[in-house]
Amino acid sequence: MEILSLLADGFATSLTPINIMVVVIGVTAGLFIGAMPGLGSVNGVAIVLPLTFIVPPSSAIILLAAIYYGAMYGGAISSILLGIPGASTAVATTFDGRPMAQQGKAGLALIAAAVASFVGGTISVILFTLFAVPLADLALAFGPAEEFALVLMAFTTFVGLGGDDVMKTIVMICLGLVLSTVGLDLISGQPRLIFGDLPGFYSGISFLVLAIGVYGVGEVLYTIETSRTAPSVTAAKLTMRALGEGIREMNKLWKTMSFGSFLGFFVGMLPAAGATPAALMSYGLAKTFSKKPETFGRGNIEGVAAPETANNAASTGSLLPMLTLGIPGSPTTALLLGGMVMWGLVPGPMLFIEEPDFVWGLISSLYTANVAAVVINIALIPLFVWALRMPFSVLCTVVLVLCIVGGYAPSQKLHDVWLIAGFGIAGYVLRKADYPLAPLVLAIVLGPLMEKSFRQALISSQGDMMTFVERPLSATFVGLSVLFFVLPVIKLVRQRKSKSPAPAE
Amino acid sequence: MLAADRIIALALMGLSIYFMWHATVLPIGWEEGAGPGGGAFPFWLSAAMLAASAIILIRSFISHPHEGERFFPDADAIPQVAGVAGLLIATIAAIPFVGAYVALMAFMAIYLRVFGRHGWTLIAILTLATPVFLFFFFEVTLKILLPKGLTEPLFIPLYAAFF
Amino acid sequence: MINTFTRRGAMALMASAALVLGAPASAESWKPNKPVEMVIMAGAGGGADLLARLFQSIIQKNDFSPMPVLPVNKGGGSGAEALRYLKDKEGDAHIIMATLNSYYTTPLRTNIGVDIEEFTPLARMANDNFILWVSAESDIQNLDDFVAAVKEAGDSFKMGGTGTGQEDSLVTAMLENEFGIKFTYVPFEGGGTVAKNLVGNHIDSTVNNPAEQMGFYKAGKSRPIATFSEERLEAFPDVPTMRELGHDVVYTMQRSFVGPKDMPAEAAAFYTEMFEKLSQTEEWQTYAADEALDATFLSGDALQEFLLNGREVHREILAGMGELGS
Repeated sequence: MEILSLLADGFATSLTPINIMVVVIGVTAGLFIGAMPGLGSVNGVAIVLPLTFIVPPSSAIILLAAIYYGAMYGGAISSILLGIPGASTAVATTFDGRPMAQQGKAGLALIAAAVASFVGGTISVILFTLFAVPLADLALAFGPAEEFALVLMAFTTFVGLGGDDVMKTIVMICLGLVLSTVGLDLISGQPRLIFGDLPGFYSGISFLVLAIGVYGVGEVLYTIETSRTAPSVTAAKLTMRALGEGIREMNKLWKTMSFGSFLGFFVGMLPAAGATPAALMSYGLAKTFSKKPETFGRGNIEGVAAPETANNAASTGSLLPMLTLGIPGSPTTALLLGGMVMWGLVPGPMLFIEEPDFVWGLISSLYTANVAAVVINIALIPLFVWALRMPFSVLCTVVLVLCIVGGYAPSQKLHDVWLIAGFGIAGYVLRKADYPLAPLVLAIVLGPLMEKSFRQALISSQGDMMTFVERPLSATFVGLSVLFFVLPVIKLVRQRKSKSPAPAE
Repeated sequence: MLAADRIIALALMGLSIYFMWHATVLPIGWEEGAGPGGGAFPFWLSAAMLAASAIILIRSFISHPHEGERFFPDADAIPQVAGVAGLLIATIAAIPFVGAYVALMAFMAIYLRVFGRHGWTLIAILTLATPVFLFFFFEVTLKILLPKGLTEPLFIPLYAAFF
Repeated sequence: MINTFTRRGAMALMASAALVLGAPASAESWKPNKPVEMVIMAGAGGGADLLARLFQSIIQKNDFSPMPVLPVNKGGGSGAEALRYLKDKEGDAHIIMATLNSYYTTPLRTNIGVDIEEFTPLARMANDNFILWVSAESDIQNLDDFVAAVKEAGDSFKMGGTGTGQEDSLVTAMLENEFGIKFTYVPFEGGGTVAKNLVGNHIDSTVNNPAEQMGFYKAGKSRPIATFSEERLEAFPDVPTMRELGHDVVYTMQRSFVGPKDMPAEAAAFYTEMFEKLSQTEEWQTYAADEALDATFLSGDALQEFLLNGREVHREILAGMGELGS
């Protein structure tokens, strides 16, 4: 009950009129920043952080929480409307969000994303409130071997994601993994695959560059070609009936959403993993356990809800290692950590004991920001849907301009913009030749995590592979990975036998 | 489609070999007591990619997949797709010299006129509104500077006014 | 509001007009007329990044610069990306770079065509320290226990640190040479992750900076064995230095700012003065004391001498490790 009274104190500060205004401004700004391809919560937080010295600390925390949540909600908007994941956490949202928009159900998809984000955020904040301190020990138990096993599991939940053509899927996974090794090899400290010593490759190829390239530029080129014969985007309409239908549809998804929330929170809590693997796993598992897996990737509302609950839950979960262990799980939490250090707070196990005002102020801000984000997001959906109704050629120009500027903004290197153009054209050609692009993007997200933890674990164990199965946590994940790998394969074999059409990407 | 399939498979094989060659700069083998070397992941994954694309190539001679399909179902679209891609590349190439604002304005004007066949009024509104939005959103609000090239001196009074 | 707006605009117009006409500006009157890029030689979230962003906030809060100072991370290739970038900005008055020890080691380990002697030294803000840590659950209480434990473990005693060739690995190599021992060095992506892996017992020891272990240390989860500083640290009065224990292993991490080659002298003077004012602020003094930093300010020739001396020290260490590039 001590928690409740601490939380009540937090709410007392976060619900004053001035702070409510701060939340509304923060969430709205965050939504637009997150909706911009290439920009995410990290940009919003970076701008606001220096301001926090000027405003009172309690308002500062609330503003940061509001921008953080706003941007997380916003990521889904560009995934659904433009088909470009605004951040790596929203990759999986494009798989079904984009087809829904093409079928004229953009409004429904946006509502699903908002509601799912709200559910994910709420469940994880509650988990956070109740179990933050004991869970820190679980995060500590995660060493390199466990990290590798977890990433392996994230990978295997996606076996079913490829196209019908197994060989082409393998090519794309390998290509993504190879591209993810570009840059500096952490273990030996030596540069590799820097292609003629181009300094632009020193920092590797970021996921965003590849995703903006293949999904942004590539998609525009593909649409230009196909839309000459038949327009592929159905004009989106949002009526009250559609809204009601959306809410009814969401009602059926309670199981998926609550599962996604728990999964997201626990995966997000682990320092190295974060929200991206969480969202991918949630999508993969929703598909594996669905009665109609073949509808995934073709505009299934469940395919929007599953990753969105998980990534919001994970983003909340990732605050846990930052606060309790002082380890940032993402660039955004790294900035928040920097902010805390500037305020004179020492993150770590003692923070909850020494600075309860700060911790519970932050947690109550999360509740407030989450509620504000869902309300503002739903209120703005008609605006976003309306934006889709602009003429196709105008939309194309806007998307291409956003690809260039959004690709430049995160690293401020023209090199990355060139890569985007290159990946865009290559992605267009590959897509026409039936190479699935989703495995490529997944591989570049998970690849660096996988190689790094694999090699760290082997160095620690003196090169003994048994380390992955001797440690109980790691062994559990490896076992689950095998299960997730075998399950869709069995399904596939059965389908082949019954001669039913195999699921496309 | 068949020819395109083979060309792409060959291109991917070439790419894999190129990657493998670069990867050999670092050790590609298993190092005693330390697991795989720095080049092992890129090398062996490229090797797997090489094998898989080789199978795709060989397969195309055995089973003739996609027979009768055409890579460009709508040949009229080729100039348009190539035109957009070319315009995009020209725009990026122009950014270091004339700056992002001029390059993007020119890109939008040309695209909307040539590919969209829109009226000049709409083009004028869009090409003028976009840089203003970009400046206030990226530079003033988010403090992310866009490349200016030769147009840099024109921005100095703007910086003084808005920063 | 409108008043200041137009006045500032007019002043800036005049200033830019003066520049265009080529009017010589004196050291006092030069001010940046566009946002200043602060290149960080490390990725987001690391120690160098945190510090650079702290400086940015203090500058903004106290209005030390009329134009915003904007941090840009260029951490690729252990800072090689940042060094190459700064090299291409010759004569630019609106770019500064926050450095750390990779300023020395990266050009020494790989040939990237950068000579740090050419850059314009601006200010050294601090020297950070290193401490040898073990988990609080460990039986190791002092340096003798530590060396004995490493020897007993053969070469399977795990030392965690940042990437190979970076500071932590250099300190580890110095320890190996001094005591004739061998570690299994496990590289991680950042100091915070190293600290967590120590407390989670995935590695046996670390040479973290004080700031990286502070949270765990205060919670009683990690134990400092000895510091690599010249003298005892105020924040850790009971922890002996390596030198006190009879081992001459001293290593610190510099946190300095440099400008590109041929940065205009008046611009360099402006930034040096800005950082000097910054180093006297209460915020910075408090932070430095809390994190056990040596915040002695250095600038000009003294700084250049310090930096070139640092490069020679690192040349020797790297040569000893066999990590020196051609």
